[in-house]
Amino acid sequence: MRKLAGMTATTPLPAVADLVNMPEAWRTLLHGLPSVDQVGAEQRAAMLATRSIKTTSKAWALDLAIRMVDLTTLEGADTPGKVRALCAKARRPDPTDPHCPQVAAVCVYPSMVSTAAAYLAGTGIKVASVATAFPSGQAPLEVKLADTRAAVAAGADEIDMVIDRGAFLAGRYSEVFDQIAAVKQACGNAHLKVILETGELATLDNVRRASWLAMVAGADFIKTSTGKVQPAATLPVTLVMLEAVRDFRERTGRQVGVKPAGGIRTAKDALRYLVLVNETAGPDWLDPAWFRFGASSLLNDLLMQRAKLATGHYSGHDYVTLD
Amino acid sequence: MPSETSRLAVRKTYKLYVGGAFPRSESGRSYPVYSAKGTWMANAVLASRKDVRDAVAAARKAFPGWAGRTAYNRGQILYRIAEMLEGRRDQFATEVAEAEGLDRAAALAVVDASVDRWVWYAGWADKIAQVLGNANPVAGPYFNLSTPEPTGVVGVVAPAESSLLGLVSVMAPVIVTGNTAVLLASEERPLPAVTFAEVLATSDLPGGVVNLLTGRVSELLPWLASHFDVNAIDLTGVTDPELAAEAERAAAENLKRVVRPPQGPVDWSADPGLERMTAFVETKTVWHPKGM
Repeated sequence: MRKLAGMTATTPLPAVADLVNMPEAWRTLLHGLPSVDQVGAEQRAAMLATRSIKTTSKAWALDLAIRMVDLTTLEGADTPGKVRALCAKARRPDPTDPHCPQVAAVCVYPSMVSTAAAYLAGTGIKVASVATAFPSGQAPLEVKLADTRAAVAAGADEIDMVIDRGAFLAGRYSEVFDQIAAVKQACGNAHLKVILETGELATLDNVRRASWLAMVAGADFIKTSTGKVQPAATLPVTLVMLEAVRDFRERTGRQVGVKPAGGIRTAKDALRYLVLVNETAGPDWLDPAWFRFGASSLLNDLLMQRAKLATGHYSGHDYVTLD
Repeated sequence: MPSETSRLAVRKTYKLYVGGAFPRSESGRSYPVYSAKGTWMANAVLASRKDVRDAVAAARKAFPGWAGRTAYNRGQILYRIAEMLEGRRDQFATEVAEAEGLDRAAALAVVDASVDRWVWYAGWADKIAQVLGNANPVAGPYFNLSTPEPTGVVGVVAPAESSLLGLVSVMAPVIVTGNTAVLLASEERPLPAVTFAEVLATSDLPGGVVNLLTGRVSELLPWLASHFDVNAIDLTGVTDPELAAEAERAAAENLKRVVRPPQGPVDWSADPGLERMTAFVETKTVWHPKGM
């Protein structure tokens, strides 16, 4: 059973219908995935992180990174005023430069979705909302679904759900699958991003399994972290997830996006992720539709680096907003 | 029996001092430093613009903590630096003698003057507010109080000739009022400055309050002067008038305070006065209603 049953590149995935309510089938599928060489993954991520991106390539990459930002505020102290300010920044990240691109989305709690949606209407910037008892995911399914429906009804274009890590780590894969599939249905036309919370999954093997589980269940994006747990996004974890989306498209023809979130604070970090995307999943993913950064302070550093390239002198924190 | 000369020489690696650590340049470059008599002494780090960037970031990070200390505490820490400097009197005398071509007695006098200068500035930490601040008389039932506050991150070009006394005389007045500093050491005579960084590192001075770079002033100064996160710049050690003028123009872009290079030679042993401290403070005035 363990010799990669059903997981070679040529055989098709088992039909989703065959997997529902079949815990054993899930175990066979997920534990049949090739295991991850952790040292190798860390070494490759570190090696790619040494790539040097300069001059025009850097300018292009900085603009791309800005376009990929999901500008996020997920604090208990969030107010409509703060969300409005964030939306204003999403529309015009650098008010001194009309050529500065917009960010991809604004990510907020469900109660702030209507505020954000009102402010972003007609701009092309998506409204993303975390849902499903974020960040722990420890709530009954009905509550999670109601949370999701409320966010979609309020105008969310994208839903960031958390998986039930307790169930996943206990090996109740079909339960996690059912929950993701149910939330996907509740999303309707909204995109579904599935947060794996890799900081709690312990191994890269689990990251690969959770990625596949989420993708088979219908995720449009897989996302590393809530940002509430350390470690959050890391390069090796993102490498494994990029390999998963690459392999998944090869097998099924469906492309899934990746979103590292949490702990990405500098433009240099962001460029390292972009190198990783290009070298792992390929240039098809170098687009805000397929790769996002979940971040808040990252945007300021991107803007400062952008200003440095444009003006030739170093910028400072006095010249970007306090968020 | 091994003779005395058979012992391998343990040569010191002169590095930068940034954020409380001693890194080499990110560029990996170095340049030879010669004594006043022309003999090679060591290779010093040839810092790059990215080292300037890192030093400014470290200074900015250290600023709120240093400015937030009580004046009395800053004075204690500065006095502690003088204690450490005094303990290395002989080492500094040797380095100053080689760098400036002085005899032993003259070099020792320079070191002593440097320690005294530092102690003098340390004493000003909790007195400068009484001298520069004021309770202003106003036409209303209010207290109106002016107090000096630190300007922020200050870039300093240390004097080219006076490698220790000159360095101390431009460094102490910047940090005593709560500013943090990025210093470009004397290009030709940088070694006493690097050794001085070891004194700072073994005192209680928080990392990042003083950041010291060695290298070409003509290469580093334009980046420091144009950096938008630097609030003031002291051009005392700039010997090329054109470079100084260019730095002043760049500094004007974000309205940095500027101290211009001196006209003619400076006697560093003379009474420094308050000018170097007052150049890097802002006056904050608060109004407060008078009670019954």
